[in-house]
Parts: sequence; C-alpha cells; structure tokens
Amino acid sequence: MLERDAVRASRRRLVIDSLGIIASGWGFGLVYGLAARGAGFSPLEAGAMSAVVFAGAAQFAAVGYVLGGFSWLGVVVLTAFVNARHALYSAAFVPYVADKPLPYRAVLAHFLTDEAFALSLAHFRRLGRADMWGFWWAAIVADFIPWNLATLAGVIVGGQIPDPNIYGLDVIFPAAMAGLAVGLVTGRRELVAAISGATIGVAVGLAWDPAAGVLAGGLIGPLLGLVTAPGPGERGEEAAR
Amino acid sequence: MSTDLLGLALLMGLVTYPSRALPMLIPGIHRLPARALDYLRLVGPAVLATLAALATAVTVDDERRTAFHVGIEWPAVIVCVVLIAARRGLLVGTVAAAVVAAVARAAGLA
Repeated sequence: MLERDAVRASRRRLVIDSLGIIASGWGFGLVYGLAARGAGFSPLEAGAMSAVVFAGAAQFAAVGYVLGGFSWLGVVVLTAFVNARHALYSAAFVPYVADKPLPYRAVLAHFLTDEAFALSLAHFRRLGRADMWGFWWAAIVADFIPWNLATLAGVIVGGQIPDPNIYGLDVIFPAAMAGLAVGLVTGRRELVAAISGATIGVAVGLAWDPAAGVLAGGLIGPLLGLVTAPGPGERGEEAAR
Repeated sequence: MSTDLLGLALLMGLVTYPSRALPMLIPGIHRLPARALDYLRLVGPAVLATLAALATAVTVDDERRTAFHVGIEWPAVIVCVVLIAARRGLLVGTVAAAVVAAVARAAGLA
C-alpha cells in the first residue's frame, strides 16, 4: 500500500474510532456542566474550567471540593496530583514529536488528555510515525469541542438533562481505553506491560487513590514489560532499531 | 454573572500544564538512549489498560474513599475488548459496550 493510502486509511479509522469518544464527551460534559451549576458555578466559570484545565476527572473532583468548602490551595494541590498522569502521556509522545518546534509542542501539550493520547497514539502506531492531523482531530474535534460545548449546554440548560448512565455512556470511556490498549499490544512485552500495569494500578488505586493507581500502573507496568524476554518477532524488530 | 472561580480555574490550569508539557519540552529529550525509548513505547498500553481497569473496578465516593466494584461495566468492557480483538473496530466495540450496559440497566439486571 502506498504511504498516502496508509495515512488515509488510518485517518479514516481514527475518525470512526473517535465517534464513541465524542458521544461520551457530550454525555459527561453535560453532566459536568450540570454538577458545576449545582455547585454554584456561573457558565463563565464552568466554561473557563473546561477550556483552561481541560481534564474531566480533576474538574469533577473540583466541583466536589468547592461544594465541600475546600480551600483553593487544597483544590489546586489535589488537581496537580490527579493530573500528574499526563506526564506519562507527554513522555510517551516524545519519540513522535521531538522533531517539532518547541512552540508547537508547547501548544500541543495543553490538549494532551486521556482521550487525545489514546486515539492519536493508536494512529501513530499504525503508521509507525507521527501524523499531527490525527492528533489535532483527536484533541480538538473528538475531545475539546464536545467537552466544552457540552459543559456550556449543561450549565445553561441544567436539570433537563437525562442521566447518561441510562444510555450506557459511562462504560464508553473504560471500553475505549481497554480497546485502544488491546490495539497497542503487538507483542509479549506490551502484553506484560498492560496486564501488570492494570493489576498494579487497581491495587494502588484501592489502597490509596485512583490517581496514584494510574501513575503506579503507568510507571511500573512498562518496567516489567521491559524486563520480559521479547517474543521471536520482537527480537528481530529490536535488533533492527 | 459570577467570576469568583475564574482564578481557581486558572490556578488549576497552571498546575495541570507542566505535567502535560515538561517531558516534551526538556532540551535534548529526543536524544534518549534506546532502552528509554523502549520503555516509553510500553507506557501507552500500560497506562491505557490501567485507566480502563480503574474505571471499571474501582469506585470513589464523595470523600474519595475507594472500593472494589463488580458490575455491568465488566461484561460491557469485555464485550468491547473481544470485538476489537476480532477486528471489529473501536466504534463497534464501544457501542456494543454501551448497549450491554443500557439494556442490563433497563432490564433491572444492573
């Protein structure tokens, strides 16, 4: 297949793959807007949080903290903790974006969410290189726009929103992350990294906090993958690098 | 319209951005040794599997107490994984997962 055809096919798959993420983003953006309204956020405040922080888990937590009367310092410290997992995404992107100009990487970083990372990394892996069209599609079209528009709709429309769990929208995020992880498992090392990361993540998440679980699974899983003997096909690949 | 929380949003953004940006912006980061690049290639599957497992098996209450959770999310995610392993695509997998959860809840099974 020609390079151009491969890029086109992978982009088409990315667009189709992102449809579930878009639906999920709409559902939970609406719920976030509604929760923010309930905690006394104005549309401007809720919208600013979605645009500036752009991290669903931390935003939901912040609504709870504000409602619970936490100090701003407490909210900010907990936000830093919950969002520390993004450093793993940024590090994993290094091999793909290292040749891009610094200002470009600085802008790109703001949009590096769970969903943008998962969708675009799968796209990059299919192509064996970065394709920034794919990143911007995943980050802006599939994530930023639905999340921000749905936030505003939720905070303005309020209580007329049905619970997205009724439609099963709450399972789209874990299903999509699991599905994209399966797509990235191309050998024994990836399999060990994924399974051990998930196991460690759940154990640490239960013992301490899910945010710590993501960091533990994302840091230790790859280490265990690295010390695993590669499968026969992987040996050749490694030797060729 | 209240603007009191705009400062909080800005501060939250300020502490979120470094974790997204710093690893990509460190000078010379592209000259990593091969072993480090191998490690970074394994971060994707590990962190995505961890996110999926935590979102499926761990619940957090309003006071951030965690609990192990077994529910309809498990079969829903498994259906998605099986469909993707059978090369049916992510959209088919996520739609099937949502349908499993929605139908089970509508039927009072979850």
